[in-house]
Amino acid sequence: MIVDLAQSVSTGEAIAFWILAPLALGGAIGLVLARSAVHAALMLAVTMIALAVCYIMQSAPFLGFVQIMVYTGAIMMLFLFVLMLFGRDSKDSMFETLRGQRFFAVCLGVGLAALLAAGLAHAVTGLTIAEGPPGAAGAAGDSSNVAAVAESLFTTYIFPFEVIAGVLTVSAVGALMFTHVTRKGDVRGQKQASRERFAPGNYPGPLPGPGVFATSDSTATPALLPDGTVEQQSLSEYVPPRQLTPAEAAPKPTEGRDER
Amino acid sequence: MNDPLWLMLVKGVAVFVVLVLLVLFTIWFERRVVAVMQVRPGPNRNGPFGLLQSLADGLKLAFKEDITPRTADKVLFIAAPLIAVTCAFTAFSVIPMGPEVSMFGQDTLLQLTDFEVSVLVVLACSAIGVYGIVLAGWSSGSTYSLLGSLRAAAQVISYEIALALAVLAVFFQSKLLSTGAIVDAQAEGIPFSIGSLELTLPGWYFLVLAPSFVIFVIAMVGETNRAPFDLPEAESELVAGFGTEYSSLKYASFFLAEYVNMVTMSALCVTLFLGGWAAPFPSSWWPAANEGWLPLVWFFGKVLAFLFLYVWLRGTLPRFRYDQFMRLGWKVLVPVSLVWLMVLAAMNIGLDTGNELPTRIAFAGGAAIVVMALIFFWPSRKPYDPPSEPDTGLGGFPVPPLDLTVPPSPRGLTELEPHETAAAHAGGEPATDPGTRDREPFSGSQATPKTKEE
Repeated sequence: MIVDLAQSVSTGEAIAFWILAPLALGGAIGLVLARSAVHAALMLAVTMIALAVCYIMQSAPFLGFVQIMVYTGAIMMLFLFVLMLFGRDSKDSMFETLRGQRFFAVCLGVGLAALLAAGLAHAVTGLTIAEGPPGAAGAAGDSSNVAAVAESLFTTYIFPFEVIAGVLTVSAVGALMFTHVTRKGDVRGQKQASRERFAPGNYPGPLPGPGVFATSDSTATPALLPDGTVEQQSLSEYVPPRQLTPAEAAPKPTEGRDER
Repeated sequence: MNDPLWLMLVKGVAVFVVLVLLVLFTIWFERRVVAVMQVRPGPNRNGPFGLLQSLADGLKLAFKEDITPRTADKVLFIAAPLIAVTCAFTAFSVIPMGPEVSMFGQDTLLQLTDFEVSVLVVLACSAIGVYGIVLAGWSSGSTYSLLGSLRAAAQVISYEIALALAVLAVFFQSKLLSTGAIVDAQAEGIPFSIGSLELTLPGWYFLVLAPSFVIFVIAMVGETNRAPFDLPEAESELVAGFGTEYSSLKYASFFLAEYVNMVTMSALCVTLFLGGWAAPFPSSWWPAANEGWLPLVWFFGKVLAFLFLYVWLRGTLPRFRYDQFMRLGWKVLVPVSLVWLMVLAAMNIGLDTGNELPTRIAFAGGAAIVVMALIFFWPSRKPYDPPSEPDTGLGGFPVPPLDLTVPPSPRGLTELEPHETAAAHAGGEPATDPGTRDREPFSGSQATPKTKEE
């Protein structure tokens, strides 16, 4: 039966299949074997795109492009977004957290594969090969792919569709609830920040930038070369050079009115 | 679309060449237009009007040293520009540039390919194109690049939603997802009559779907990472964003991808909202204007108008702050698009003459009520009421006291007599009382500058 099905595909479809299938499989295997989380996510994206192209080949272009847009474009991108925040050098730990985890994983994996294979075999036995392109024999009897998808989504599968929509909404709201943090105190507005900056006793100016070695931010303090001598270019011809006393060179705090 | 293979190849190469030439032209165009806006000449040395400037720059870029940082992830570092460029070029393949013409004795559409859902190709390509930018930032192993790519990811995802919702309105209106068919659907005008005056409005969707058009144009600028939304490569904050570690041809590929994306998005906007290759006047004026090769002029004219818009925005608007940008996307563009889609659906059901009269009235009236409610209850800004008395620093922002006198500079004090210096240091009193001081405090502006002759 499956052999018959395999022989019914056209040459172009067969070529595309033999290009796409290794890509999809390689992506799936790479996803499991990749050490870096970002590489694993990219492998998954490769698999998704290969599957999407398979859909397009099977005369379901709408499904294929929506798969690329939604899964690869939005959802995998969100995954990547989170993974990139972990830093580049974080690798998977090979330490087994649960005892015998690998053994059970292998057993369950083999079981799942057997289940899927049995289900697939059950599904394809007794199928007949349709004449003509699949779109003409589609569920809705309509040649339009979009209309067929829409019709089965909003008639046959309306209940699962609504349930999934509800679950997704609840989960989105739940995620918002988890990440929501009540702010402690009021928002420190621009006015408040400004008042604090000019409060009596505070130095209102900016501090020297990072990496700047400066004991003073006065223009009268000459720049020093690495050997400790004064850099002549930093001296103004109009300002008489003078070494300030430490008291003069220290940043001046704001003198508040209430101090007078 | 049943072209022979050789014709497909010819068209593919033609699309590639057209895009590359348009990119070279757009870079020159952008620099010249921005220069005019800033009252300076702009590039005018290489070739007539400096037209060859971008070619020269591109060649120079190609011959520069190609540096791969030691911390880079080598494979992804090379793959990222490839992904960006490939997706940018692929997206243009579904844009219709003209009607059916005879090419080498073969009747064919001026479009590389078209199928049932071809608009989605552009959206899918721009969705994958982001991977190029994001991976470029991540694989560079540099903080600036990573920050740029994080911004790019967040920005493109959020603006893609607004973009897709705007495109959805076009799907609603035309009930089509194919670029060529949408252009054809816009060809018919809308009959419109005021009293006895019979008019035919253009059927272009920018008129019928005006809110979607505005949202699309805003989102398309955000989607292509152009000013004022060019946060992923904000040079004042992130050096060059995701492209910081790139050099030579790889950097040039990102540049190429950005400009090709600009052209593609402009072309998509023209296709969806501005009638595609149709002439910008009623077809009864000049029937031959929409036949043969002539529509290429209209198409590229419209695309150039959009490219000018891009340059205009860049020349006039400052870059958004990141939180403002996100707020615009999520709190304005997306909700407005959603409400507009609902209104549009209700109006379409209401105007459908196949429905019963109560249904039509209910839907059209409901849509009208929603629009009116939005207009009336749109939260307006709190109006600014000017303060009744001047702000002395106690009630509002701290300001210097209005009777402030400048205290003497320590540098000026050196030339004073020792006892006066001591008095000046004793407290704030001498500074506020000019009588105890016999000269003005020394300040830089009072110095007489030495002239060069001295």
